[in-house]
Amino acid sequence: MIVASILLLLLTGGAALAAPPSLVPPEGFRVLDTPNDAGKSLSLVWKASPADNKDRKVEVWAVESPSADFKKVAEYPANTRYVKPGDFPWWSRPVGQGDHYVKLSSSKAFPIEDGRSYAVKLLVREGDQEVWSDVSQAASYPDRFNTAQVNNLIFALAFTGILLASIAAARRNPHVHLRRIAGLDAVEEAIGRSTEMGRPILYLTGSGGMSDVSTIAATVILGEVAKKVAHYDTTLKVPHRDPIVMAVCQEVMKEAYVQAGRPDAYKEDSNFFITDDQFSYTAAVDGIMLREKPAANFFMGSYFAESLLLTETGAGTGAIQIAGTDSDHQLPFFVTTCDYTLIGEELYAASAYLSREPVLVGTLRGQDFGKAFIMGVLVFGTALATVGVVVQTEIFHYVLDLFKDFK
Amino acid sequence: MIFLKRQLPLAITFFMGTAFALQYYIPHPVSEDAITNVSKWMQIISGFALLLGIASLFHVHAVKIQRQVPGWGYSLVLYVAMLGTIAVGFWAHGETKVNGAQTGFGWMYDYTMVPLQGTMFSILAFFIASAAYRAFRARSREASVLLAAAVMVMMGRVPLGQFLAPWTWDVTQWLLNVLNSAVRRAILIGVSMGSVALSLKIILGIERSYLGGGKDQ
Repeated sequence: MIVASILLLLLTGGAALAAPPSLVPPEGFRVLDTPNDAGKSLSLVWKASPADNKDRKVEVWAVESPSADFKKVAEYPANTRYVKPGDFPWWSRPVGQGDHYVKLSSSKAFPIEDGRSYAVKLLVREGDQEVWSDVSQAASYPDRFNTAQVNNLIFALAFTGILLASIAAARRNPHVHLRRIAGLDAVEEAIGRSTEMGRPILYLTGSGGMSDVSTIAATVILGEVAKKVAHYDTTLKVPHRDPIVMAVCQEVMKEAYVQAGRPDAYKEDSNFFITDDQFSYTAAVDGIMLREKPAANFFMGSYFAESLLLTETGAGTGAIQIAGTDSDHQLPFFVTTCDYTLIGEELYAASAYLSREPVLVGTLRGQDFGKAFIMGVLVFGTALATVGVVVQTEIFHYVLDLFKDFK
Repeated sequence: MIFLKRQLPLAITFFMGTAFALQYYIPHPVSEDAITNVSKWMQIISGFALLLGIASLFHVHAVKIQRQVPGWGYSLVLYVAMLGTIAVGFWAHGETKVNGAQTGFGWMYDYTMVPLQGTMFSILAFFIASAAYRAFRARSREASVLLAAAVMVMMGRVPLGQFLAPWTWDVTQWLLNVLNSAVRRAILIGVSMGSVALSLKIILGIERSYLGGGKDQ
């Protein structure tokens, strides 16, 4: 009797009590073309479930053609691959926040071709139980515009508009106040000192190529420096690491001498190439500093580890040194060893400051409007994010996403 | 002539500048291929431009040797080293190793270039010490603040400092994560705005002095 009761319990009630909750297919599963990509990938989305846990696995099975068999292409724990704040902007989010999102990129194991339809299904597995989702089909296509970056484009266009408006305003009223930049005021002093001492001036354009904005700024400042040097009839030496920058600087200097009314004073070999190797260049320039003892050294553009090797040698020779760089990691070395340092944006503002052309000065005012806007957004965004955390709401992400840079 | 020297470069700058600014927003493979191709073209142009650089190098040092200006011996060393390296490079067919054996070219690189580069880089340690000495002399209120901050960071970063004053670790972290990061970000924001503004000025042809000459030419 007892044995019969135990058997009955095992076959009915016991079995029912021991069984884990039955698996259900993933809700809302669908496959879609990955938004805002270059193609060759599919996105899989499905709803999050309270039953998701690390022991439950989700397998992705896909098939290239309807006649072929499905094959497993990926596997994840069920409690992973959630959409988090910051993954997508709200205006181009393919699935609700907190739901599952998997990007299936083309691979050797499972190549994805654009324009071809693929069937995908999920297998949810936990212990001995497993359940399949419905089959969903989609094709991959490359996108012509990244809608996640539409906010970035709008701000870029707005900033362009502000700059153009500032230039127009500066043309109408050219008396724009510019704060004093000691490093640029000292340019005249440095050139005058070199002239008095009868020593050359050394001008470096940094380690960047012509595609670097800081190198372009350095060549622009070189033009202004060369005009003054031409007036004083001093020797200007510009050693280079990049032959293209050298060719540009030759043209800039030649025109500067023509504008200064001293085309005869221009020397073709003022600009010369040394090498593109970082430390060989540094050794050569240090040698020039020690042998020729320039009275003024200019370090404009972007720099790396060579910055201190150059400026400390220059400081040792007693030269007046003016640096200007946007390489923030090298700024401490320049500030320490140079008499004047143009920090970051001051390098870009130098051509406007030295030439005082209304059109160029106007752009500085435009930049200031841009910075004021960024400062406002920083304060406003910090306040909104803080309030959002305190009251535990994600509603402010609708505003905060507008100011984020999404890829 | 003015068209070739001024208008055509400005038109090319405007077209390429606008196209590659928009390229950032276009994920299509055509856009990706365009930037890859332009990068390759830039490498090819750089290769040809290197001839300009070498010609400049030969010319400058040839003149120095010819006129026997002070220090012309260095120019002679440069000529010997450069021509010697080229000759050995040709002799070794540009290979640094053949069947596991080092060629003369490889020997030159390993036993001259590498130690020379290492020497230059190692000098940095001594230069940092002398630059730090100059910066940390408490000649003004700002320099005194810098000195105090530097001492604190050094204490917080070395084991002995943390052993003697464990609280310096927290102060160091605060200095780096709050004050230093805030200033660095402020500089980076300024740099970014300035960079975008200068790029726009170049694309729109407002800033054209990098082409040589003034605005009205």
